[in-house]
Amino acid sequence: MYGIHGKYLEIDLSSERSREVKLPLRIFRMFIGGRGLATYILWKELGSKWEKVDPLGPENLLIVMTGPMTGYYPGIKLTISGKSPQSNGVVGSAISSEVAVELKAAGYDGIVIRGTAKDPVYIYIEDDKVEIRSAEKLWGRRGLEFLKALKDELRSEPRWGLEPPPPALYIGPAGENKVRTAAVMSKLAHAAGYGGYGAVMGSKKLKAIVVKGNGPLPRAAKPDKLEELKNNVMEKILKQKGFRQWGTTQGIWSVGYVTSSEPIKNWQEEWHDKLEVSHIVFEESYWIKNPWADWGCPLACMKVSRAVIGDKEYFTDGPDYEMGAYLGPNLGIFNAKEIVALSALADELGLCGIQTGNVMAFAIELFERGILTIDDVGYELRWGDFNCAKKLIEDIAYRRGIGDLLAEGTYRAALKIKELKGVDVLKYAVQVKGIAVGAHGIRSKKDYPQPIAYAASVQGGDHTSVAGLPKNSRESEAWRVFFDSAVVCSFTGFAADEKTMVEYLNAVTGWTITLEELYNEIGPRILSLQRILLLLGGPDVYWDPRVHDDNPPRFYEPLPTGPHKGSTIQREEVVKKLREYYAELGWDEYGIPREDTLKKLGLTDAIPLVNKIKSRLGLT
Amino acid sequence: MSERIWILRDYSACSGCRLCEIACSLKHEGVIWPAASRIKIFEIIPGLPIPYFCVQCPDYPCVSACPTKALKVDDKTGAVLVDEGLCILCGKCIEACPGKVPRIVKNKAAVIICDLCGGDPECVKVCSKAGYNALKVIKHPNNDIVKHYLIDPEKISKYILAKYRKGV
Repeated sequence: MYGIHGKYLEIDLSSERSREVKLPLRIFRMFIGGRGLATYILWKELGSKWEKVDPLGPENLLIVMTGPMTGYYPGIKLTISGKSPQSNGVVGSAISSEVAVELKAAGYDGIVIRGTAKDPVYIYIEDDKVEIRSAEKLWGRRGLEFLKALKDELRSEPRWGLEPPPPALYIGPAGENKVRTAAVMSKLAHAAGYGGYGAVMGSKKLKAIVVKGNGPLPRAAKPDKLEELKNNVMEKILKQKGFRQWGTTQGIWSVGYVTSSEPIKNWQEEWHDKLEVSHIVFEESYWIKNPWADWGCPLACMKVSRAVIGDKEYFTDGPDYEMGAYLGPNLGIFNAKEIVALSALADELGLCGIQTGNVMAFAIELFERGILTIDDVGYELRWGDFNCAKKLIEDIAYRRGIGDLLAEGTYRAALKIKELKGVDVLKYAVQVKGIAVGAHGIRSKKDYPQPIAYAASVQGGDHTSVAGLPKNSRESEAWRVFFDSAVVCSFTGFAADEKTMVEYLNAVTGWTITLEELYNEIGPRILSLQRILLLLGGPDVYWDPRVHDDNPPRFYEPLPTGPHKGSTIQREEVVKKLREYYAELGWDEYGIPREDTLKKLGLTDAIPLVNKIKSRLGLT
Repeated sequence: MSERIWILRDYSACSGCRLCEIACSLKHEGVIWPAASRIKIFEIIPGLPIPYFCVQCPDYPCVSACPTKALKVDDKTGAVLVDEGLCILCGKCIEACPGKVPRIVKNKAAVIICDLCGGDPECVKVCSKAGYNALKVIKHPNNDIVKHYLIDPEKISKYILAKYRKGV
């Protein structure tokens, strides 16, 4: 076995037991790792009762999974998964964390956590030693304050020679309070945001997972070939001088000005020309450190920002584009310092900046329209108002007042407000299947050009897992699945073309996967399973492809400003493309995987689940 | 001893990418083995990583402390070399080191200490290739100033943070 260990660690927080679980190599070959393997485990463990499993109940699994490429391809990622409290399906939520390397060095490909602890705990793993420890001194703590407390907590470990403290995955107050937009965090500003797995960790009373691995990574099958491939990839990465200098922070200006696809005031606009949010302002006024990189990464897209407002000091990344856009222009805020501060707040509260920025802007728009009032909120919600944003984001993290409702995420909040106010506010909810759309609009067609990018994705609004045609291309979600399953960073991943990427995987694992197999079998296999679990849904909300395989209503409004003014998405085109896309994947006209497809993909056992979906939708 | 080299560390330039750790373990162990890397990155304050490894003290307290003569100084480079056959993993060198730099790693038969790769350190090469240049080969200053690079990494990161807070 090369590149992987063929086993994961299973920890039951209810019984406080752990064990190693071996999986046949055949399963790795079929699902690769990361998101693919997590989907397989969720299907096997929870598939038969999926609709009844409460994502925030003890039955749900929290899965931390590496992939064969972890540690070998430049940059480091992990996928966090489980039944998502946002989509009620499976989301493979990628995060950069040294935990990925430590896990592999400890002898595991991943961790599967079940059950719920009685009192707050954290898990400490060092090789074959697994301890469930009290998190009494850690619970309630946020950001840097938490990291400091954790370091003090671990200091008692006797060591031979001075060693760096081991890395951790953790949650902030938002996760503890089961906020559905809560992220799983690492370091300072690293987050697995999509999916809401911070809330899953919180529901298990699990504050952190600390991993120390003392062994080597598993051997690669063809080290010489790997070295050659790695050098080629590194060379290409090093040529990205602009990206290295500015990271994705540059997008806060350019995605608006150049491609007209940035969320502004809850996506009422997507174009702006505000130089106040140019990367130069961030770089010259707020970056205290450039470069900042993750394990094994020569790209260093991160930067360390610092801003002081009032008596509070804020630290965060660039911020990266998604955080900057969602907690800046999308809230009507075009002030770099305030954007740094709000991003830092989201980090320390343990919130996904995308999901949370989306629901905040949704609330502000409803307030502007008079649907939410001062009686509902307790204070005025206004575009471009830092103090209001600061108060709102804290209220969400601690589920205070209106924050309790908004903590359910945009979709569920919209359902509740509709019920309370009798107004159809879903038309202002910019989300797909419970997941807020990433900060890349599709109306201008200059950024994400596929009209079904989000409508057909098995991860809803996730901009890192968009769908598109043709199926056998980088436009396809089958390709995105590869990134999250082999586990490769999207930003360093550009440096290998599809053929090289598959060669790379084979050099690590010794497998003989072809690009055709990837596009025609592995990708569709993982996507089909994710699609089935998504359509099983429940227990609180369910999806109907005829209604929910669609863009947010706002994306059918013409862009009101900028060079692409008037540009919009045609519904007929979406319907046509959806059908084509389903057909290419071997799904029926509703996007339900066909029996013959499932048999071909080795998923015959999933056929009864498909029949359940059809019967719920009245399609039998 | 005329060729003695030293690796200068520029904390502000270090990205924390650990390419040095990867290169070091590949060179010495033939596999990617972060725990067995002779150079370690301490990122106690996120974003402010500190490269931390042997500074080749002019008085070599580790060498004097070794009861089995497992440690000796490389005539060519000034690096501390470990004789794996003689090391009994007693930890005396770690106790003697002002920075507790030598490490005993699970499944390693001897203590690990930077050997300067015989004069052409892999960590420096990869750091330069990646364009960070946080590590540079210079002539050994040959005085105790090098021991300043053994100040507790947590303290160093606080000094760096203080510098950034002042806007220097």
